[in-house]
Amino acid sequence: MTTTQTLPRSVAPPPVPPRRRGRLPGAQLWQASPLTYLALILGGVLSIFPIIWSFIIASRDNSAVYEMPPTPGDQLFTNIDRMLANEDAAFVYGLVNSAVVSTVVTISVIFFSSLAGFAFAKLKFRGSNALLLIIIMTMMVPTQLGVIPLYLMMVELGWTGTLQAVIVPFLVQGFGVFMMRQYAMSAISDELIEAARLDGCSTWRIYWNVVLPALRPAAAVLGLLTFMQTWNEFLWPFIVLTPDTPTVQYSLKILSSGLYQTDYVALFAGTALATLPLLIVFIIFGRQIIGGIMEGAVKS
Amino acid sequence: MSSAVGAPRSHAASRPPSTPPRRRRSYRLGRWDLKYSPYLYVAPFFVLFGVFGLFPVLYTVYVSLFDYELLSGTKEFAGLENYRLLMEDAQFWNAAYNTLGIFVLSTVPQLIVALMLANLLNRQMRARTLLRMGVVIPNITSVAAVGIIFALIFADRYGLINWLLGTVGFDPIAWRDNRFASWFAIAFMVDWRWTGYNALIYLGAMQAIPKDLYESASLDGASTWRQFWAITVPLIRPTILFTIIISTIGGFQIFTEPLMYGNGLIRGGVDHQFQTLAMYIYEKTFTGNAEYGYGSAMSWLLFMMIIIFALINFALVRRSVKGDKK
Repeated sequence: MTTTQTLPRSVAPPPVPPRRRGRLPGAQLWQASPLTYLALILGGVLSIFPIIWSFIIASRDNSAVYEMPPTPGDQLFTNIDRMLANEDAAFVYGLVNSAVVSTVVTISVIFFSSLAGFAFAKLKFRGSNALLLIIIMTMMVPTQLGVIPLYLMMVELGWTGTLQAVIVPFLVQGFGVFMMRQYAMSAISDELIEAARLDGCSTWRIYWNVVLPALRPAAAVLGLLTFMQTWNEFLWPFIVLTPDTPTVQYSLKILSSGLYQTDYVALFAGTALATLPLLIVFIIFGRQIIGGIMEGAVKS
Repeated sequence: MSSAVGAPRSHAASRPPSTPPRRRRSYRLGRWDLKYSPYLYVAPFFVLFGVFGLFPVLYTVYVSLFDYELLSGTKEFAGLENYRLLMEDAQFWNAAYNTLGIFVLSTVPQLIVALMLANLLNRQMRARTLLRMGVVIPNITSVAAVGIIFALIFADRYGLINWLLGTVGFDPIAWRDNRFASWFAIAFMVDWRWTGYNALIYLGAMQAIPKDLYESASLDGASTWRQFWAITVPLIRPTILFTIIISTIGGFQIFTEPLMYGNGLIRGGVDHQFQTLAMYIYEKTFTGNAEYGYGSAMSWLLFMMIIIFALINFALVRRSVKGDKK
């Protein structure tokens, strides 16, 4: 998305077409050389190899874990079966819990972020600048350091070991509000809001029927990033949940403590299965996710 | 402001008052709507963040002033006693040392490589999306999975790295017993997971730089290397500073990687040689006696350390990048 923005910019200014030929040195400057490809492919291989390697281990027999070179075996499904049969880890339950938690958190973050982002971008109200500044500052608060009081709160509420303990504290996100606000500023014209008002729309109707549809692309990116982040969350679920109500990451932790050095291949079947959902999401929505991360640069 | 407020009013006034009671009600409703809706829409964030984000962080200070243990059932005001004890706690200093070491080992190479990588990605190429996906894919792998995978890659016997070292004739390395080696392995995991991500953030910033700058520089005979340091790096300085802050906040709280690297044990190696502060906080607070007060004092010190190091790093990078600009 960003490239399509920058590309025309560099091409558009010269009004006379022939000049573009004269720009060849500039064009060459921006063309990737074979060496660039080589370096990037090497980087890609380094990035992907550990993941592929973990899938290879997951497909082997325990006697062949350490065998080199890494070639896949044929035990993947028996390993997965054995891993799923491990009752301590409750892996399937962990997968389901993670799916529930990530989905609820994602929907909530999109909803509250777009609502607040819309207010900051398009509604005028006293103190909006100061409030926005506070939201930006909240992004810098290492909230993980508040886990002890947060845990004590959960004990008070009787939420320990329940899913709401890992859902409710994450229902809103400063980054999301800011991202939606930035997008709403550029994507929604004031005239559109005015027109809707003249038609007698309430603010809520404007949000629901005009703003939310227009924010869909940004909401999708925010949703993807939030889902992945929530799915991968480790510390807080590990603190507040119990082994009989795990998220998938917690299940992995239980597996790794229990199976370490006894059943490596089953453990790796677990990491493969825990990674697979996000891998699929990433392959389908890779372009949007990359766009979303690159937008992070705008945030500074 | 005036247009937003004025519009419905004139709208209401321009129509003949045919059904006065209803009109008045909807008019009042409309004004209420305009005035209070914005606050209503931003309120959920402030309420939820306040209760579950900000309050716990601040309340940590209060808890840290108590001798507060779950098992013995004590909860007494103790003033700064927890902080005094911490100063004498060798395991605390050890954890701080480890945290700092792993942080430096991971962040410095990570951000430098990310810059180089972004520079490589910032050109016209085939399979652009695929290559970008290639560098960022580690970031979607969960930390827990990464820890498990790299624990085996860096296994002492039969590990992939030691096998590679063996094939080129080196002695195997004790990836856990040796403190520095364990830091290196953990830093490697962090780098593997975050370098591509930071590269994409830099790339986003680099694409906002006008290309004309490079064209005139290359006409002046500046090498691409020189252009990189004299144009690219200074112009994306705000983004670099941003990643420094984020890496400092994240890096000092490192927990899962060293935990999984040590087979899920909170002690972080036999001699705590790779136990980080976050791990020690967990050990004190959620295992054994559950010393909430002590753990809170440690959390608050960690918070202070993060602020101090974020400021130091910020100043360092700001100065050195400015130096390149001259």
